Amino acid sequence: MTPAGLLVMLFSVGTVTSLFSWCIYKVLTSPGESDKLHAVELHTPDMDQPD
Amino acid sequence: MAVAGSAVGLGNFLRFPGLAAQYGGGAFMMAYAISFLIIGLPIGWAEWAMGRYAGSLGYNSAPGAFACIVRSRWAKYAGIIGVIVPVIIYMYYVMIEAWCIGYAVNFWSGRMHFKDAAEAVGYFAGFVGAAGDATAMKFSADTALPWLLAVFVFNFYLIYRGLSRGIEKMCQFGMPLLIVLALLLLGRVMTLGAPDPARPHDSVINGLGYMWNPSKVQVVKATPGPTDKPREVVGAAAIAEAEKEVAASGGALKLVTVSPWSQLWNPSLWLAAAGQIFFSLSVGFGVIIVYASYMKPKDDVVLSGLTASSANEFCEVALGGLITIPAAVAFLGVAGIAGQAGVGLGFKVLPLVFSKMPAGAFFGGAFFFMLFLAAVTSSISMLQPGIAFVEEALGVGRRASVAILGMLTAFGAGMALFFTADLKALDTLDFWVGTFLIFVLATVQIIIFGWVWGIDRGFEEMHRGAAFQVPRVFRPIIQWLCPGFLLLVFALWLMRDVFGFDLATLKPGAVSSYVSDLFGAKSSLAAQLSVALVVAVSVFFGLLTARSRAYAKAERGLPKHD
Repeated sequence: MTPAGLLVMLFSVGTVTSLFSWCIYKVLTSPGESDKLHAVELHTPDMDQPD
Repeated sequence: MAVAGSAVGLGNFLRFPGLAAQYGGGAFMMAYAISFLIIGLPIGWAEWAMGRYAGSLGYNSAPGAFACIVRSRWAKYAGIIGVIVPVIIYMYYVMIEAWCIGYAVNFWSGRMHFKDAAEAVGYFAGFVGAAGDATAMKFSADTALPWLLAVFVFNFYLIYRGLSRGIEKMCQFGMPLLIVLALLLLGRVMTLGAPDPARPHDSVINGLGYMWNPSKVQVVKATPGPTDKPREVVGAAAIAEAEKEVAASGGALKLVTVSPWSQLWNPSLWLAAAGQIFFSLSVGFGVIIVYASYMKPKDDVVLSGLTASSANEFCEVALGGLITIPAAVAFLGVAGIAGQAGVGLGFKVLPLVFSKMPAGAFFGGAFFFMLFLAAVTSSISMLQPGIAFVEEALGVGRRASVAILGMLTAFGAGMALFFTADLKALDTLDFWVGTFLIFVLATVQIIIFGWVWGIDRGFEEMHRGAAFQVPRVFRPIIQWLCPGFLLLVFALWLMRDVFGFDLATLKPGAVSSYVSDLFGAKSSLAAQLSVALVVAVSVFFGLLTARSRAYAKAERGLPKHD
């Protein structure tokens, strides 16, 4: 592994880790944020409607 | 935790390392990082915002969302691509899901213990039926058929009975566990060193070099023939040996250093990097727009999108990127993995790593089971755009919609299972839908968001309920850079990799195998039928869209339910 390779690796891994950590910090420190955060959630409202 | 959990998928541990290996590590990472910033994040945010807006009018499918935003007859037909992509990808994704559960159970039952790479590669070929068509259609634990049937029925049972809350809860614990397992595996891989003392160049440190070095050192023939390919060498000792080999060749061989800048001229690299961003962030899939439509008006689409993306990038780069390639180089060598791409690398290499670690059967089984869980959530999420579309287009209930989708996807998955020689059907569908159509959909979406809907309106909608403001630099990125980048890379890729043009001289050459598979003397029945399936599904969805009353309302900007 060359020094340039090591630099690319450290920069890439460091950047994604920092970004993810900042998101977690923001979610935990913004009031009521965890209730407003959503992902691809498998249970959709149409499942609760009668056929 | 749920957001992070839903972001983890097969693409992180299997597809990403394969592509990075194929396109040469460091340069691929540069294209990948740029793609993340100028296409992944902006298109993701655009999809979240457009989906939530469409949902506020009662539309939950891409054709409905496009129609109510653009308010034109053509928009709903463009939106069909957002249904075709996830439905067709589901047809082959479910195969890979079946491989995961098959590998998990076989590890736990002690059936999988490999002495060397040849054994692991041979087992994979037999399991998926790569040797010939229909060879995986046997009822054996060592072939894909029984696992595919079980997985297909399991998925549809879950969504037909509305049991997805159960699997969602399971994933809330399962996905963090997958990350812990990946960290354990990372620790094991980093301490592998050079497992075979007779081959000291095949080491983890050279694997990391292969993955991350921006410049490549290659041995090439002085006058290469059409089938000659450069051989990459990594590490000071291997390069010194290659120098001796070149000196002894009497001028027949030469050693060249390929800079990252020259690698970045390859449009295929950019398309692969962009495609991976689409695949792992699920942007350009037609999935996010559907799930965002179920959000409340004040939910935070900006932080939701960023958290899901960053969690995914962490798993992909910091875990997936450090495990598979270094382990592959340690066991197979740089020459052994050259040209290997896609998920195959993970299924050939990781089982060998597990075979060589203490309690490998347990960890191997656990790892592939966690991948299976991740795949279940992804595959079910791929069905929702199709389900929501059929519900909306035909005005039917969920169960009827699930039944229609079940029949359609069973036919496609059956085809992918039958035509397994060289995984031709899977590869063809992944190229034309998993790469080509995703690119088209992403381009259409960002143009609609930035130009048709308008950047001001789009930003206003995006920031409703947001915890932070998206930097203003993303306005020109969304309007100019993102569509310009997509169109340029797409045009260069079409010229070079589909129609065979030499971009330096602009002279035409041999067309891509994906094109020659469809026409002429070298055509492949599996490839032709795969493309025919995509066309037939498109026509079917087009007819449903044309007859839909809901979409007629959407075109006029009216809510679905007055």
